[in-house]
Amino acid sequence: MYAQMVKTEADRPRTLEEMDPQERAFQERIDAGIKIEPKDWMPEGYRKTLIRQISQHAHSEIVGQLPEGNWITRAPTLERKAILLAKVQDEAGHGLYLYCAAETLGVSRDQLTEQLLSGKAKYSSIFNYPTLTWADIGAIGWLVDGAAIMNQVPLQRCSFGPYSRAMIRVCKEESFHQRQGYDIMMKLCQGTPEQKAMAQDALNRWWWPSLMMFGPSDAESVHSAQSMAWKIKLNSNDELRQKFVDQTVPQAEYLGLTVPDPDLKWNEDKGGYDYGEIDWAEFFEVIKGNGPCNRERMAARVKAHEDGAWFREGLMAHAEKQAERRRNAAA
Amino acid sequence: MARAATDDTALFEYALRLGDNCLILGHRVSEWCGHSPVLEEDIALANVALDLIGQTQLWLGLAGEIEGQWREGGGRSADDLAFLRDAGAFRNLLLVEQPNGDFGKTLARQFLFDAWHNAMLGALQGSADKRAAEIAEKAAKEVAYHLNRSRDLVVRLGDGTAESHSRMQRALDDLWFYTGELFLADEVDAAMLAAGIGPDLDDIRAQWDAEIDRTLKQATLRRPDSGHVQKGGKRGVHSEHLGYVLAEMQFLQRAYPGARW
Repeated sequence: MYAQMVKTEADRPRTLEEMDPQERAFQERIDAGIKIEPKDWMPEGYRKTLIRQISQHAHSEIVGQLPEGNWITRAPTLERKAILLAKVQDEAGHGLYLYCAAETLGVSRDQLTEQLLSGKAKYSSIFNYPTLTWADIGAIGWLVDGAAIMNQVPLQRCSFGPYSRAMIRVCKEESFHQRQGYDIMMKLCQGTPEQKAMAQDALNRWWWPSLMMFGPSDAESVHSAQSMAWKIKLNSNDELRQKFVDQTVPQAEYLGLTVPDPDLKWNEDKGGYDYGEIDWAEFFEVIKGNGPCNRERMAARVKAHEDGAWFREGLMAHAEKQAERRRNAAA
Repeated sequence: MARAATDDTALFEYALRLGDNCLILGHRVSEWCGHSPVLEEDIALANVALDLIGQTQLWLGLAGEIEGQWREGGGRSADDLAFLRDAGAFRNLLLVEQPNGDFGKTLARQFLFDAWHNAMLGALQGSADKRAAEIAEKAAKEVAYHLNRSRDLVVRLGDGTAESHSRMQRALDDLWFYTGELFLADEVDAAMLAAGIGPDLDDIRAQWDAEIDRTLKQATLRRPDSGHVQKGGKRGVHSEHLGYVLAEMQFLQRAYPGARW
Protein backbone atom coordinates (compact mmCIF):
# COMPACT_ATOMS: atom_id res chain seq x y z
CA MET A 1 0.00 0.00 0.00
CA TYR A 2 1.93 2.96 -1.16
CA ALA A 3 -0.88 5.47 -1.67
CA GLN A 4 -2.48 6.80 1.49
CA MET A 5 -5.15 9.47 1.72
CA VAL A 6 -5.59 10.17 -1.97
CA LYS A 7 -7.87 13.17 -2.35
CA THR A 8 -10.73 12.93 -4.83
CA GLU A 9 -12.29 16.41 -4.53
CA ALA A 10 -15.70 14.87 -3.90
CA ASP A 11 -17.27 14.24 -0.53
CA ARG A 12 -19.61 11.62 -1.92
CA PRO A 13 -20.02 9.92 -5.27
CA ARG A 14 -22.84 11.17 -7.48
CA THR A 15 -25.67 8.86 -8.37
CA LEU A 16 -26.27 7.78 -11.95
CA GLU A 17 -29.34 10.04 -12.06
CA GLU A 18 -27.27 13.09 -11.15
CA MET A 19 -24.76 12.48 -13.95
CA ASP A 20 -24.87 13.81 -17.49
CA PRO A 21 -25.13 11.12 -20.22
CA GLN A 22 -21.39 10.98 -20.92
CA GLU A 23 -20.47 10.51 -17.29
CA ARG A 24 -23.26 8.02 -16.82
CA ALA A 25 -21.97 5.94 -19.73
CA PHE A 26 -18.50 6.06 -18.17
CA GLN A 27 -19.78 4.93 -14.77
CA GLU A 28 -21.81 2.15 -16.35
CA ARG A 29 -18.71 0.83 -18.11
CA ILE A 30 -16.90 0.75 -14.78
CA ASP A 31 -19.84 -0.95 -13.09
CA ALA A 32 -19.79 -3.56 -15.87
CA GLY A 33 -16.10 -4.23 -15.19
CA ILE A 34 -14.86 -2.80 -18.50
CA LYS A 35 -11.40 -1.22 -18.31
CA ILE A 36 -10.94 2.47 -19.00
CA GLU A 37 -8.06 3.14 -21.40
CA PRO A 38 -6.06 6.39 -21.71
CA LYS A 39 -7.82 7.65 -24.85
CA ASP A 40 -11.31 7.03 -23.47
CA TRP A 41 -13.31 9.96 -22.13
CA MET A 42 -13.11 10.22 -18.34
CA PRO A 43 -14.32 12.73 -15.75
CA GLU A 44 -11.65 15.23 -14.76
CA GLY A 45 -11.91 14.09 -11.14
CA TYR A 46 -11.17 10.49 -12.13
CA ARG A 47 -8.12 11.60 -14.09
CA LYS A 48 -6.80 13.83 -11.31
CA THR A 49 -7.40 11.28 -8.58
CA LEU A 50 -5.66 8.57 -10.56
CA ILE A 51 -2.68 10.80 -11.26
CA ARG A 52 -2.41 11.47 -7.52
CA GLN A 53 -2.77 7.82 -6.61
CA ILE A 54 -0.40 6.41 -9.22
CA SER A 55 2.21 9.09 -8.67
CA GLN A 56 2.08 8.63 -4.88
CA HIS A 57 2.66 4.98 -5.52
CA ALA A 58 5.53 5.70 -7.92
CA HIS A 59 7.13 8.22 -5.54
CA SER A 60 6.93 5.64 -2.75
CA GLU A 61 8.88 3.16 -4.85
CA ILE A 62 11.53 5.79 -5.54
CA VAL A 63 11.90 7.02 -1.96
CA GLY A 64 11.64 3.40 -0.81
CA GLN A 65 15.00 2.70 -2.40
CA LEU A 66 16.66 4.78 0.32
CA PRO A 67 15.91 2.89 3.56
CA GLU A 68 16.74 -0.44 1.93
CA GLY A 69 19.66 0.88 -0.08
CA ASN A 70 21.04 1.91 3.30
CA TRP A 71 21.99 -1.75 3.95
CA ILE A 72 23.21 -2.91 0.54
CA THR A 73 26.82 -2.05 1.31
CA ARG A 74 26.52 -3.77 4.71
CA ALA A 75 24.58 -6.89 3.73
CA PRO A 76 26.06 -9.82 5.68
CA THR A 77 26.72 -12.29 2.84
CA LEU A 78 27.26 -12.09 -0.89
CA GLU A 79 23.96 -13.80 -1.53
CA ARG A 80 22.01 -11.44 0.74
CA LYS A 81 23.71 -8.53 -0.97
CA ALA A 82 22.72 -9.80 -4.42
CA ILE A 83 19.12 -10.41 -3.34
CA LEU A 84 18.82 -6.96 -1.79
CA LEU A 85 20.31 -5.30 -4.86
CA ALA A 86 17.85 -7.15 -7.07
CA LYS A 87 15.01 -6.11 -4.83
CA VAL A 88 15.90 -2.43 -4.76
CA GLN A 89 16.37 -2.55 -8.52
CA ASP A 90 12.86 -3.98 -8.80
CA GLU A 91 11.51 -1.06 -6.75
CA ALA A 92 13.11 1.42 -9.14
CA GLY A 93 11.60 -0.54 -12.02
CA HIS A 94 8.17 -0.35 -10.39
CA GLY A 95 8.61 3.39 -10.08
CA LEU A 96 9.46 3.58 -13.76
CA TYR A 97 6.41 1.78 -15.04
CA LEU A 98 4.11 3.51 -12.61
CA TYR A 99 5.38 6.87 -13.89
CA CYS A 100 4.70 5.56 -17.39
CA ALA A 101 1.15 4.61 -16.37
CA ALA A 102 0.66 8.12 -14.93
CA GLU A 103 2.00 9.66 -18.15
CA THR A 104 -0.85 8.07 -20.09
CA LEU A 105 -3.12 10.44 -18.14
CA GLY A 106 -1.42 13.52 -19.57
CA VAL A 107 1.21 14.42 -17.00
CA SER A 108 4.98 14.14 -17.54
CA ARG A 109 7.51 12.38 -15.33
CA ASP A 110 9.34 15.70 -14.98
CA GLN A 111 6.20 17.34 -13.61
CA LEU A 112 5.66 14.50 -11.17
CA THR A 113 9.29 14.59 -10.06
CA GLU A 114 9.01 18.30 -9.49
CA GLN A 115 5.94 17.73 -7.31
CA LEU A 116 7.81 15.17 -5.23
CA LEU A 117 10.90 17.30 -4.78
CA SER A 118 8.95 20.45 -3.89
CA GLY A 119 7.08 18.48 -1.21
CA LYS A 120 3.74 18.98 -2.93
CA ALA A 121 3.26 15.27 -3.68
CA LYS A 122 3.24 12.65 -0.96
CA TYR A 123 4.75 9.20 -0.69
CA SER A 124 4.01 6.42 1.76
CA SER A 125 4.61 7.36 5.40
CA ILE A 126 6.44 4.07 5.98
CA PHE A 127 9.61 5.19 4.22
CA ASN A 128 10.12 7.95 6.75
CA TYR A 129 11.22 5.41 9.34
CA PRO A 130 14.90 4.50 9.69
CA THR A 131 16.54 1.12 8.95
CA LEU A 132 18.73 0.72 12.02
CA THR A 133 19.77 -2.91 11.82
CA TRP A 134 19.93 -5.73 9.28
CA ALA A 135 16.73 -7.12 10.78
CA ASP A 136 14.94 -4.02 9.50
CA ILE A 137 15.60 -5.24 5.97
CA GLY A 138 13.86 -8.47 6.90
CA ALA A 139 10.99 -6.63 8.57
CA ILE A 140 10.49 -4.35 5.57
CA GLY A 141 10.25 -7.29 3.19
CA TRP A 142 7.96 -9.22 5.48
CA LEU A 143 5.69 -6.44 6.79
CA VAL A 144 5.96 -3.51 4.41
CA ASP A 145 5.92 -5.54 1.22
CA GLY A 146 3.31 -7.78 2.83
CA ALA A 147 1.08 -4.76 3.40
CA ALA A 148 1.79 -3.49 -0.11
CA ILE A 149 0.75 -6.81 -1.63
CA MET A 150 -2.45 -6.76 0.41
CA ASN A 151 -3.42 -3.54 -1.31
CA GLN A 152 -1.99 -4.19 -4.75
CA VAL A 153 -3.50 -7.59 -5.38
CA PRO A 154 -7.03 -6.10 -5.61
CA LEU A 155 -5.66 -3.17 -7.62
CA GLN A 156 -4.82 -5.63 -10.39
CA ARG A 157 -8.58 -5.48 -11.03
CA CYS A 158 -8.86 -1.68 -10.87
CA SER A 159 -10.76 0.16 -13.58
CA PHE A 160 -7.86 1.94 -15.28
CA GLY A 161 -6.15 -0.38 -17.76
CA PRO A 162 -2.52 0.83 -17.55
CA TYR A 163 -2.58 0.90 -13.72
CA SER A 164 -4.18 -2.51 -13.54
CA ARG A 165 -1.57 -3.99 -15.87
CA ALA A 166 1.27 -2.33 -13.98
CA MET A 167 -0.07 -3.86 -10.76
CA ILE A 168 -0.10 -7.34 -12.27
CA ARG A 169 3.57 -7.03 -13.01
CA VAL A 170 4.41 -5.39 -9.70
CA CYS A 171 2.60 -8.06 -7.67
CA LYS A 172 4.67 -10.87 -9.13
CA GLU A 173 7.84 -9.23 -7.90
CA GLU A 174 6.42 -8.11 -4.57
CA SER A 175 5.63 -11.64 -3.52
CA PHE A 176 9.28 -12.54 -4.07
CA HIS A 177 10.23 -9.52 -1.95
CA GLN A 178 8.02 -10.59 0.87
CA ARG A 179 9.45 -14.11 0.85
CA GLN A 180 13.02 -12.86 0.99
CA GLY A 181 12.09 -10.61 3.92
CA TYR A 182 10.52 -13.45 5.83
CA ASP A 183 13.52 -15.61 5.03
CA ILE A 184 15.84 -13.02 6.61
CA MET A 185 13.62 -13.04 9.72
CA MET A 186 13.65 -16.86 9.84
CA LYS A 187 17.43 -16.97 9.73
CA LEU A 188 17.68 -14.38 12.50
CA CYS A 189 15.16 -16.18 14.68
CA GLN A 190 17.02 -19.48 14.28
CA GLY A 191 20.31 -17.72 15.02
CA THR A 192 22.07 -16.48 18.13
CA PRO A 193 20.15 -14.79 20.99
CA GLU A 194 21.51 -11.46 19.75
CA GLN A 195 20.13 -12.09 16.28
CA LYS A 196 16.76 -13.06 17.66
CA ALA A 197 16.69 -9.90 19.77
CA MET A 198 17.50 -7.92 16.63
CA ALA A 199 14.50 -9.50 14.90
CA GLN A 200 12.18 -8.73 17.83
CA ASP A 201 13.39 -5.15 17.97
CA ALA A 202 12.68 -4.72 14.25
CA LEU A 203 9.16 -6.10 14.66
CA ASN A 204 8.62 -3.75 17.60
CA ARG A 205 9.54 -0.72 15.52
CA TRP A 206 7.89 -1.70 12.20
CA TRP A 207 4.62 -3.21 13.37
CA TRP A 208 2.62 -0.04 14.00
CA PRO A 209 3.97 1.95 11.06
CA SER A 210 3.04 -1.04 8.84
CA LEU A 211 -0.55 -0.91 10.08
CA MET A 212 -0.59 2.81 9.32
CA MET A 213 0.28 2.08 5.70
CA PHE A 214 -3.36 1.26 5.04
CA GLY A 215 -4.32 4.85 5.76
CA PRO A 216 -6.83 6.35 8.23
CA SER A 217 -9.70 4.30 9.56
CA ASP A 218 -12.81 4.08 7.38
CA ALA A 219 -14.67 6.60 9.55
CA GLU A 220 -11.95 9.19 8.85
CA SER A 221 -11.50 8.28 5.22
CA VAL A 222 -13.54 10.94 3.45
CA HIS A 223 -12.28 10.26 -0.05
CA SER A 224 -12.77 6.53 -0.14
CA ALA A 225 -16.37 6.33 -1.35
CA GLN A 226 -15.73 8.08 -4.65
CA SER A 227 -12.56 6.07 -5.31
CA MET A 228 -14.46 2.89 -4.62
CA ALA A 229 -17.27 3.90 -6.98
CA TRP A 230 -14.63 4.46 -9.65
CA LYS A 231 -12.99 1.12 -8.77
CA ILE A 232 -9.59 2.62 -8.27
CA LYS A 233 -9.86 1.47 -4.68
CA LEU A 234 -11.46 -1.91 -4.16
CA ASN A 235 -11.46 -2.47 -0.43
CA SER A 236 -11.71 -0.14 2.53
CA ASN A 237 -8.64 0.72 4.60
CA ASP A 238 -9.90 -1.13 7.67
CA GLU A 239 -10.81 -4.23 5.67
CA LEU A 240 -7.31 -4.51 4.26
CA ARG A 241 -5.70 -3.72 7.61
CA GLN A 242 -7.71 -6.49 9.27
CA LYS A 243 -6.70 -8.94 6.57
CA PHE A 244 -3.08 -7.98 7.05
CA VAL A 245 -3.21 -8.47 10.82
CA ASP A 246 -4.93 -11.83 10.41
CA GLN A 247 -2.31 -13.00 7.95
CA THR A 248 0.70 -11.65 9.80
CA VAL A 249 0.10 -12.61 13.44
CA PRO A 250 0.46 -16.38 12.80
CA GLN A 251 3.64 -15.66 10.83
CA ALA A 252 5.06 -13.80 13.83
CA GLU A 253 4.10 -16.72 16.08
CA TYR A 254 5.85 -19.14 13.74
CA LEU A 255 9.00 -17.04 14.07
CA GLY A 256 8.62 -17.08 17.85
CA LEU A 257 8.30 -13.30 17.95
CA THR A 258 5.84 -11.21 19.95
CA VAL A 259 3.64 -8.67 18.20
CA PRO A 260 4.05 -5.45 20.23
CA ASP A 261 0.35 -5.01 20.98
CA PRO A 262 -0.96 -5.97 24.44
CA ASP A 263 -4.54 -5.71 23.15
CA LEU A 264 -4.05 -8.21 20.36
CA LYS A 265 -6.30 -11.22 20.76
CA TRP A 266 -8.23 -13.68 18.64
CA ASN A 267 -11.93 -12.88 18.25
CA GLU A 268 -13.80 -16.08 17.57
CA ASP A 269 -17.00 -14.28 16.55
CA LYS A 270 -15.50 -12.23 13.77
CA GLY A 271 -12.96 -14.89 12.86
CA GLY A 272 -10.13 -12.40 13.10
CA TYR A 273 -7.86 -10.63 15.55
CA ASP A 274 -8.84 -7.62 17.60
CA TYR A 275 -5.96 -5.20 17.84
CA GLY A 276 -5.12 -2.09 19.80
CA GLU A 277 -5.65 1.55 18.88
CA ILE A 278 -3.26 2.96 16.29
CA ASP A 279 -1.45 6.14 17.25
CA TRP A 280 -3.05 8.37 14.63
CA ALA A 281 -1.36 11.46 16.00
CA GLU A 282 1.97 9.90 15.00
CA PHE A 283 0.60 8.99 11.56
CA PHE A 284 -0.56 12.53 10.82
CA GLU A 285 2.72 14.00 12.06
CA VAL A 286 4.67 11.72 9.70
CA ILE A 287 2.37 12.67 6.81
CA LYS A 288 2.94 16.34 7.66
CA GLY A 289 6.69 15.89 7.40
CA ASN A 290 7.65 15.25 11.00
CA GLY A 291 8.61 11.57 10.80
CA PRO A 292 12.10 10.52 11.87
CA CYS A 293 13.47 10.59 8.32
CA ASN A 294 11.23 12.83 6.16
CA ARG A 295 13.83 15.54 5.90
CA GLU A 296 16.69 13.17 5.15
CA ARG A 297 14.72 11.27 2.51
CA MET A 298 13.71 14.44 0.70
CA ALA A 299 17.18 15.93 1.03
CA ALA A 300 18.67 12.78 -0.52
CA ARG A 301 16.26 12.91 -3.46
CA VAL A 302 16.78 16.64 -4.01
CA LYS A 303 20.55 16.20 -3.88
CA ALA A 304 20.46 13.33 -6.37
CA HIS A 305 18.37 15.46 -8.71
CA GLU A 306 20.45 18.61 -8.39
CA ASP A 307 23.81 16.85 -8.56
CA GLY A 308 22.60 15.01 -11.64
CA ALA A 309 21.46 18.09 -13.55
CA TRP A 310 24.71 18.36 -15.55
CA PHE A 311 24.41 14.68 -16.48
CA ARG A 312 20.87 15.01 -17.81
CA GLU A 313 21.74 18.24 -19.62
CA GLY A 314 24.81 16.61 -21.16
CA LEU A 315 22.73 13.76 -22.55
CA MET A 316 20.15 16.18 -23.94
CA ALA A 317 22.82 18.31 -25.57
CA HIS A 318 24.40 15.26 -27.17
CA ALA A 319 21.04 14.08 -28.51
CA GLU A 320 20.49 17.51 -30.06
CA LYS A 321 23.95 17.51 -31.63
CA GLN A 322 23.34 14.09 -33.12
CA ALA A 323 19.99 15.17 -34.55
CA GLU A 324 21.67 18.25 -36.02
CA ARG A 325 24.39 16.09 -37.60
CA ARG A 326 21.80 13.80 -39.13
CA ARG A 327 19.95 16.79 -40.57
CA ASN A 328 23.16 18.20 -42.03
CA ALA A 329 24.12 14.84 -43.49
CA ALA A 330 20.70 14.51 -45.10
CA ALA A 331 20.78 18.09 -46.50
CA MET B 1 50.70 -30.38 5.15
CA ALA B 2 51.06 -31.03 1.48
CA ARG B 3 52.91 -28.33 -0.36
CA ALA B 4 50.76 -26.96 -3.14
CA ALA B 5 52.03 -26.93 -6.67
CA THR B 6 53.28 -23.48 -7.65
CA ASP B 7 50.70 -23.04 -10.38
CA ASP B 8 47.91 -23.66 -7.87
CA THR B 9 49.09 -20.98 -5.45
CA ALA B 10 49.38 -18.67 -8.43
CA LEU B 11 45.91 -19.66 -9.63
CA PHE B 12 44.56 -19.01 -6.13
CA GLU B 13 46.05 -15.50 -6.23
CA TYR B 14 44.75 -15.00 -9.73
CA ALA B 15 41.18 -15.96 -8.84
CA LEU B 16 41.35 -13.68 -5.79
CA ARG B 17 42.40 -10.76 -7.97
CA LEU B 18 39.56 -11.32 -10.41
CA GLY B 19 37.05 -11.79 -7.60
CA ASP B 20 38.25 -8.85 -5.52
CA ASN B 21 38.01 -6.50 -8.50
CA CYS B 22 34.38 -7.49 -8.93
CA LEU B 23 33.61 -7.29 -5.21
CA ILE B 24 35.10 -3.88 -4.58
CA LEU B 25 33.78 -2.28 -7.76
CA GLY B 26 30.37 -3.86 -7.12
CA HIS B 27 30.43 -2.28 -3.67
CA ARG B 28 31.33 1.13 -5.05
CA VAL B 29 28.66 1.00 -7.73
CA SER B 30 26.02 -0.14 -5.25
CA GLU B 31 26.68 3.00 -3.18
CA TRP B 32 24.75 4.90 -5.86
CA CYS B 33 21.56 2.99 -5.23
CA GLY B 34 18.74 5.55 -4.95
CA HIS B 35 21.10 8.51 -5.43
CA SER B 36 21.85 8.56 -9.15
CA PRO B 37 20.95 11.41 -11.54
CA VAL B 38 18.00 9.68 -13.14
CA LEU B 39 15.82 6.65 -12.48
CA GLU B 40 17.13 4.67 -15.46
CA GLU B 41 20.64 5.01 -14.03
CA ASP B 42 19.52 3.72 -10.64
CA ILE B 43 18.25 0.64 -12.42
CA ALA B 44 21.30 0.22 -14.65
CA LEU B 45 23.79 0.68 -11.83
CA ALA B 46 22.00 -1.79 -9.59
CA ASN B 47 22.16 -4.19 -12.49
CA VAL B 48 25.90 -3.73 -12.98
CA ALA B 49 26.52 -4.11 -9.25
CA LEU B 50 24.41 -7.25 -9.20
CA ASP B 51 26.40 -8.78 -12.05
CA LEU B 52 29.66 -7.95 -10.33
CA ILE B 53 28.56 -9.48 -7.02
CA GLY B 54 27.48 -12.60 -8.90
CA GLN B 55 30.90 -12.81 -10.56
CA THR B 56 32.53 -12.29 -7.15
CA GLN B 57 30.77 -15.39 -5.87
CA LEU B 58 32.15 -17.42 -8.79
CA TRP B 59 35.75 -16.22 -8.65
CA LEU B 60 36.04 -16.31 -4.86
CA GLY B 61 34.30 -19.68 -4.92
CA LEU B 62 37.01 -20.93 -7.26
CA ALA B 63 39.73 -19.39 -5.07
CA GLY B 64 38.34 -21.24 -2.04
CA GLU B 65 38.13 -24.49 -3.95
CA ILE B 66 41.78 -24.22 -4.97
CA GLU B 67 42.81 -23.26 -1.46
CA GLY B 68 41.16 -26.43 -0.21
CA GLN B 69 44.02 -28.40 -1.76
CA TRP B 70 46.43 -27.29 0.94
CA ARG B 71 44.57 -25.48 3.70
CA GLU B 72 43.84 -27.53 6.80
CA GLY B 73 40.10 -27.65 7.40
CA GLY B 74 39.45 -26.95 3.72
CA GLY B 75 39.45 -23.80 1.61
CA ARG B 76 37.56 -20.73 2.74
CA SER B 77 34.09 -20.02 1.38
CA ALA B 78 33.48 -17.07 -0.95
CA ASP B 79 31.77 -15.31 1.97
CA ASP B 80 34.69 -15.91 4.33
CA LEU B 81 37.07 -14.56 1.72
CA ALA B 82 34.90 -11.50 1.15
CA PHE B 83 34.01 -10.69 4.74
CA LEU B 84 36.88 -11.95 6.86
CA ARG B 85 40.06 -10.78 5.13
CA ASP B 86 41.74 -7.54 6.07
CA ALA B 87 42.77 -4.96 3.49
CA GLY B 88 46.31 -6.31 3.06
CA ALA B 89 44.91 -9.63 1.86
CA PHE B 90 42.76 -8.01 -0.82
CA ARG B 91 44.12 -8.24 -4.35
CA ASN B 92 41.96 -5.80 -6.31
CA LEU B 93 43.35 -3.09 -8.57
CA LEU B 94 43.65 0.38 -7.06
CA LEU B 95 41.35 1.73 -9.76
CA VAL B 96 38.23 -0.04 -8.51
CA GLU B 97 38.53 1.10 -4.90
CA GLN B 98 38.67 4.80 -5.81
CA PRO B 99 35.70 6.73 -4.37
CA ASN B 100 32.73 7.38 -6.61
CA GLY B 101 33.20 11.13 -6.83
CA ASP B 102 30.65 12.73 -9.12
CA PHE B 103 28.72 10.63 -11.58
CA GLY B 104 31.30 11.44 -14.26
CA LYS B 105 34.09 9.94 -12.20
CA THR B 106 32.02 6.84 -11.52
CA LEU B 107 31.39 6.44 -15.25
CA ALA B 108 34.99 7.05 -16.23
CA ARG B 109 36.17 4.48 -13.66
CA GLN B 110 33.62 2.03 -14.99
CA PHE B 111 34.63 2.55 -18.61
CA LEU B 112 38.37 2.23 -17.93
CA PHE B 113 37.72 -0.97 -15.99
CA ASP B 114 35.11 -2.42 -18.36
CA ALA B 115 37.45 -2.08 -21.33
CA TRP B 116 40.08 -4.07 -19.44
CA HIS B 117 37.61 -6.52 -17.94
CA ASN B 118 36.03 -7.24 -21.32
CA ALA B 119 39.39 -7.97 -22.94
CA MET B 120 40.46 -10.15 -19.99
CA LEU B 121 37.29 -12.23 -20.02
CA GLY B 122 37.51 -12.60 -23.78
CA ALA B 123 40.95 -14.15 -23.38
CA LEU B 124 40.08 -16.17 -20.27
CA GLN B 125 37.33 -18.01 -22.13
CA GLY B 126 40.17 -19.91 -23.81
CA SER B 127 41.90 -20.61 -20.49
CA ALA B 128 43.57 -23.97 -19.93
CA ASP B 129 41.77 -24.07 -16.58
CA LYS B 130 38.28 -25.22 -17.43
CA ARG B 131 36.71 -23.67 -14.33
CA ALA B 132 38.17 -20.26 -15.11
CA ALA B 133 37.04 -20.57 -18.72
CA GLU B 134 33.50 -21.35 -17.64
CA ILE B 135 33.29 -18.40 -15.26
CA ALA B 136 34.75 -16.13 -17.95
CA GLU B 137 32.20 -17.30 -20.47
CA LYS B 138 29.30 -16.44 -18.20
CA ALA B 139 30.79 -13.12 -17.04
CA ALA B 140 31.79 -12.04 -20.56
CA LYS B 141 28.17 -11.73 -21.63
CA GLU B 142 27.41 -9.41 -18.72
CA VAL B 143 30.56 -7.37 -19.09
CA ALA B 144 30.00 -6.83 -22.82
CA TYR B 145 26.82 -5.06 -21.78
CA HIS B 146 28.64 -3.07 -19.07
CA LEU B 147 31.17 -1.89 -21.64
CA ASN B 148 28.51 -0.95 -24.18
CA ARG B 149 26.76 1.11 -21.59
CA SER B 150 29.77 2.88 -20.07
CA ARG B 151 31.29 3.55 -23.51
CA ASP B 152 28.04 5.02 -24.77
CA LEU B 153 27.72 7.34 -21.78
CA VAL B 154 31.34 8.46 -21.98
CA VAL B 155 30.78 9.42 -25.61
CA ARG B 156 27.53 11.23 -24.93
CA LEU B 157 28.83 13.16 -21.93
CA GLY B 158 32.20 13.93 -23.52
CA ASP B 159 30.38 15.30 -26.53
CA GLY B 160 27.55 16.90 -24.52
CA THR B 161 27.69 20.30 -22.82
CA ALA B 162 30.87 22.19 -21.92
CA GLU B 163 30.29 21.17 -18.31
CA SER B 164 29.75 17.48 -18.99
CA HIS B 165 32.85 17.53 -21.22
CA SER B 166 35.03 19.12 -18.59
CA ARG B 167 33.76 16.83 -15.85
CA MET B 168 34.55 13.75 -17.95
CA GLN B 169 37.98 15.08 -18.84
CA ARG B 170 38.78 15.79 -15.20
CA ALA B 171 37.60 12.33 -14.21
CA LEU B 172 39.90 10.73 -16.78
CA ASP B 173 42.82 12.90 -15.68
CA ASP B 174 42.24 11.98 -12.03
CA LEU B 175 41.95 8.25 -12.63
CA TRP B 176 44.52 7.81 -15.37
CA PHE B 177 47.52 6.92 -13.23
CA TYR B 178 45.64 3.99 -11.75
CA THR B 179 45.26 2.38 -15.18
CA GLY B 180 48.91 1.38 -15.61
CA GLU B 181 48.50 -1.29 -12.94
CA LEU B 182 45.96 -3.09 -15.13
CA PHE B 183 48.80 -4.20 -17.41
CA LEU B 184 51.68 -4.55 -15.00
CA ALA B 185 52.55 -8.23 -15.09
CA ASP B 186 54.15 -9.80 -12.01
CA GLU B 187 55.20 -13.37 -11.19
CA VAL B 188 51.57 -14.50 -10.79
CA ASP B 189 50.64 -13.19 -14.24
CA ALA B 190 53.79 -14.78 -15.65
CA ALA B 191 52.95 -18.16 -14.09
CA MET B 192 49.38 -17.99 -15.42
CA LEU B 193 50.62 -17.08 -18.88
CA ALA B 194 53.13 -19.92 -18.85
CA ALA B 195 50.42 -22.38 -17.76
CA GLY B 196 48.09 -21.23 -20.54
CA ILE B 197 45.57 -20.09 -17.90
CA GLY B 198 45.82 -16.31 -18.19
CA PRO B 199 46.48 -13.98 -21.12
CA ASP B 200 49.53 -11.93 -21.98
CA LEU B 201 48.85 -8.51 -20.45
CA ASP B 202 50.61 -6.85 -23.39
CA ASP B 203 47.87 -8.24 -25.64
CA ILE B 204 45.22 -6.98 -23.24
CA ARG B 205 46.84 -3.56 -23.25
CA ALA B 206 46.76 -3.41 -27.05
CA GLN B 207 43.03 -4.16 -27.06
CA TRP B 208 42.41 -1.70 -24.25
CA ASP B 209 44.39 1.04 -25.98
CA ALA B 210 42.39 0.58 -29.16
CA GLU B 211 39.09 0.74 -27.27
CA ILE B 212 40.12 3.78 -25.23
CA ASP B 213 41.52 5.71 -28.21
CA ARG B 214 38.49 5.02 -30.40
CA THR B 215 36.01 5.99 -27.68
CA LEU B 216 37.82 9.08 -26.44
CA LYS B 217 38.11 10.37 -29.99
CA GLN B 218 34.39 9.95 -30.48
CA ALA B 219 33.78 11.59 -27.11
CA THR B 220 36.05 14.54 -28.07
CA LEU B 221 38.06 13.78 -24.92
CA ARG B 222 41.83 13.88 -24.64
CA ARG B 223 43.81 10.83 -23.59
CA PRO B 224 45.82 11.91 -20.55
CA ASP B 225 49.55 11.77 -21.25
CA SER B 226 50.81 11.08 -17.74
CA GLY B 227 53.04 8.03 -17.80
CA HIS B 228 53.30 7.66 -14.04
CA VAL B 229 51.76 4.49 -12.62
CA GLN B 230 50.24 4.02 -9.16
CA LYS B 231 50.46 0.39 -8.20
CA GLY B 232 50.19 -1.98 -5.27
CA GLY B 233 46.64 -3.34 -5.23
CA LYS B 234 47.56 -6.66 -6.83
CA ARG B 235 49.97 -7.43 -3.99
CA GLY B 236 47.81 -6.01 -1.20
CA VAL B 237 49.18 -2.48 -0.84
CA HIS B 238 46.10 -0.31 -1.23
CA SER B 239 44.98 3.28 -1.03
CA GLU B 240 43.49 4.63 2.20
CA HIS B 241 40.02 4.09 0.78
CA LEU B 242 39.87 0.30 0.92
CA GLY B 243 39.90 0.14 4.71
CA TYR B 244 36.69 2.14 4.87
CA VAL B 245 35.04 0.03 2.20
CA LEU B 246 35.82 -3.08 4.25
CA ALA B 247 34.82 -1.52 7.57
CA GLU B 248 31.38 -0.97 6.08
CA MET B 249 31.09 -4.15 4.06
CA GLN B 250 32.33 -6.49 6.80
CA PHE B 251 30.54 -4.83 9.73
CA LEU B 252 27.98 -7.55 10.51
CA GLN B 253 30.38 -10.45 10.09
CA ARG B 254 32.88 -8.72 12.37
CA ALA B 255 30.35 -7.58 14.99
CA TYR B 256 28.67 -11.00 15.27
CA PRO B 257 31.43 -13.56 14.73
CA GLY B 258 30.19 -16.97 13.67
CA ALA B 259 26.55 -15.90 13.23
CA ARG B 260 24.70 -17.21 10.19
CA TRP B 261 22.60 -14.87 8.10
